[in-house]
Amino acid sequence: MTTSSSTTAPVTTSATSSRFPMTLVIGLIAVALLLAAPFAVYPVFLMKVMCFALFACAFNLMLGYTGLLSFGHAMFFGGSAYICAHAIKVLGFSPELGILAGVLFAAVLGFFAGLLAIRRQGIYFAMVTLALAQMFFFFCLQAKFTGGEDGLQAVPRRALLGFIDITKDIHLYYFVLAIFLFGFLVIYRTIHSPFGQVLKAIRENEPRAISLGYRANQYKLLAFVLSAALAGLAGSTKVLVFQLASLTDVAWQMSGEVILMTLVGGMGTILGPVVGAAVIVTMQNYLAGLGEWVLVIQGVIFVLAVSLFRRGIVGEFVAVAKYYHARKTRTAGRARK
Amino acid sequence: MIELLGIPPQALFGQLLLGLINGAFYAMLSLGLAVIFGLLNVINFTHGAQYMMGAFGAWMLLNYAGIPFWGALVISPILVAIVGMVIERILLRRLYHLDHLYGMLLTFGLGLIIEGLFRRQYGSSGLPYNNPLPGGTNLGFMFLPNYRAFVVVASLIVCFATWFVIERTKLGSYLRAATERPDLVQAFGIDVPRMITLTYGFGVGLAALAGVLAAPAYQVSPTMGSSLIIVVFAVVVIGGMGSIMGAIVTGFGLGIVEGLTKVFYPEASSTVIFVIMALVLMVKPAGLFGTAK
Repeated sequence: MTTSSSTTAPVTTSATSSRFPMTLVIGLIAVALLLAAPFAVYPVFLMKVMCFALFACAFNLMLGYTGLLSFGHAMFFGGSAYICAHAIKVLGFSPELGILAGVLFAAVLGFFAGLLAIRRQGIYFAMVTLALAQMFFFFCLQAKFTGGEDGLQAVPRRALLGFIDITKDIHLYYFVLAIFLFGFLVIYRTIHSPFGQVLKAIRENEPRAISLGYRANQYKLLAFVLSAALAGLAGSTKVLVFQLASLTDVAWQMSGEVILMTLVGGMGTILGPVVGAAVIVTMQNYLAGLGEWVLVIQGVIFVLAVSLFRRGIVGEFVAVAKYYHARKTRTAGRARK
Repeated sequence: MIELLGIPPQALFGQLLLGLINGAFYAMLSLGLAVIFGLLNVINFTHGAQYMMGAFGAWMLLNYAGIPFWGALVISPILVAIVGMVIERILLRRLYHLDHLYGMLLTFGLGLIIEGLFRRQYGSSGLPYNNPLPGGTNLGFMFLPNYRAFVVVASLIVCFATWFVIERTKLGSYLRAATERPDLVQAFGIDVPRMITLTYGFGVGLAALAGVLAAPAYQVSPTMGSSLIIVVFAVVVIGGMGSIMGAIVTGFGLGIVEGLTKVFYPEASSTVIFVIMALVLMVKPAGLFGTAK
C-alpha cells in the first residue's frame, strides 16, 4: 500500500509539472520557426495565413467553445477592414490607430449583432447572424465611404508608431506576427480562464449552466463581442498586408470560408483553426487559376469534412494520441498488477 | 389619375405586383424549408441552389429537348426532387443523430458545389427565358402582365394545396405525427425513413417549382439562389417555422413590404426585410408565428 502510493505520487506530479514546460517548449519552437519563416517562404503568403488563422481562431471561440455557429463573421472581418482602411487612407491615421479603430468598430458591431443573435439558439442563431451580415453587406455596397464595387485601394503603409518603416514586406511580417501571437494568446487565456470554462458549460448544457446561477446570455454576449473584436483585428491587419478593403471581405462567402477553415482544422481545438487556415489558404493559392472550380472544391471539402472527419485534422490527431495514451496506461496498469 | 404621396399609381401598383411575386417565391421557399426542418431537423442550405436548378432545368428542357414552359413546370421540379432524394439517401441520412449544425454545414457545402458547377458551365451572367404568356390586361389603374398574374395565382394555389395536404388530410396527419414523435409513428408500422426521403423530395421540388416560375420573370443565373436564400432565412426567422400558414402569410407579406419600400425609399429595399427581422427579434424572439422552443 504505502509503497504503491509513494511510487505513484511522484509520477503524477512529474507528469503534471513536465506537461506545462512541454507546451511551453513546443510554443517556443513554433515562435522560433515563425520568426525564421519569412526567409524561406514568401512573407505575404505567411501574413495572409496568419490573418486568416487569427480570424478562424476568433470564430472558433464562438463555434468551438460556446457552441454557437455564427454565419456572419465576415461583417466583423470586413467591417473592421473598411474602417481601418478609411481611417488610414482618408483620415490619415497611423497604422496602429487605424487597427485600433477597426477593432473598436468590430467590437461595437459585435455588441449590437450579439444582442439580437443570442435571443435565438442553434440553427436560428446561424440564420440570424447570416441575415445581419447580409444587411451589413448591402450597407457597405451602398455607403459612400466604402468605395462600392472598387473598395478602398492602395491604402498607404505609414510608419508604425511614427518611426518603424513597414513598407517592406519583411518588416511588416514581424508586426503581423506580433499581432497574431497577441490575438492567439488572448484566445488561449480566454479558453483556459474560469470564463472559458463557463462558456464550455453553456455549450454542453445551457439550462444546467443557468440553473447553477450563470447568466448564460451575458456570457454568450461577452464571448460574441470578444470574437467579433478579434475577427476585426484580423480584418484590420489584412488591410495593412494587402492595402485593400473590398466587398469580398464582407460577403457571405467569407463567412463560409472561415467556417470551412475551422471545420477542416478541428473545431473546439486551439490549433485547429490555424492548421485549417493554412490548408485552405494554401489550397486557394494553388488553385487560383482554376476559377469556378475553387467553389466546387470548397464545397466538396465541406461535404467530406462533415461526412467523414468531423473532428478536423487537429481533432483527429488529438483523438488518435489520446487513444494510444489510454492504451499505454491501460497496459502499464495491467503490468503493475 | 390621383397621385398617392407624389407616387404615380402605375409605379405603386407595378412595384406592389413585383413585391407580390417576390413574396410568392419567399412563401414557397420558406414553406419548403419549414416542411423539411419539421421532419428532418435540417436547415436545408441547398434550397437556394435547388431553386436555381429548377430554373436551369426549365431552361435546359427548352433549349436541349425543346420542351416548352408548361412541360417544364412539371418535369423540372420532379427531376430536381429526385436529385434531392438521392442526396438525402446518400449524405443527409448519416447526420440525423448529430447536432443540427452539421446538416446545415453539409447542405451549405452542397450548395457551393452545385452553384460552382453551374457557374463553370454557364458563366455568372443570366440567360434569358422567353415569357410563355406574353401580353397583359389593362385594369384601368394599371397594366397587368399576364405572366405575373399567373405566377401569383399559381403560387397561391400551390401554397394552399400544401397547407391543405398537411393540415387536413390523413397523409398530412402522418407527417405531423412523425414530426412530433418519429419513433412512435414508426412503431405504428409507418415507414418513417421513406417518409423523410419523400418529404425532403417534396420540399426540394417546391423550391424547384419556384425556380421554374422565376425563370421567365427574372433571368436564369447560377447565382440567383444564393442571394435569395439568405433573404428567405430572414423570412423564416421572422415567421418562425412552427406553422405552415405562418410561412405563407409571412412570405407574401414581406414581399409586399419590400415592394412598397422600393416605391417610397428605394435605398432601403434590399435591407428592409433584415431590419424587420431585427425588430421582430427584439419584440418577439420566437417569430411572429413561432412557439418558444
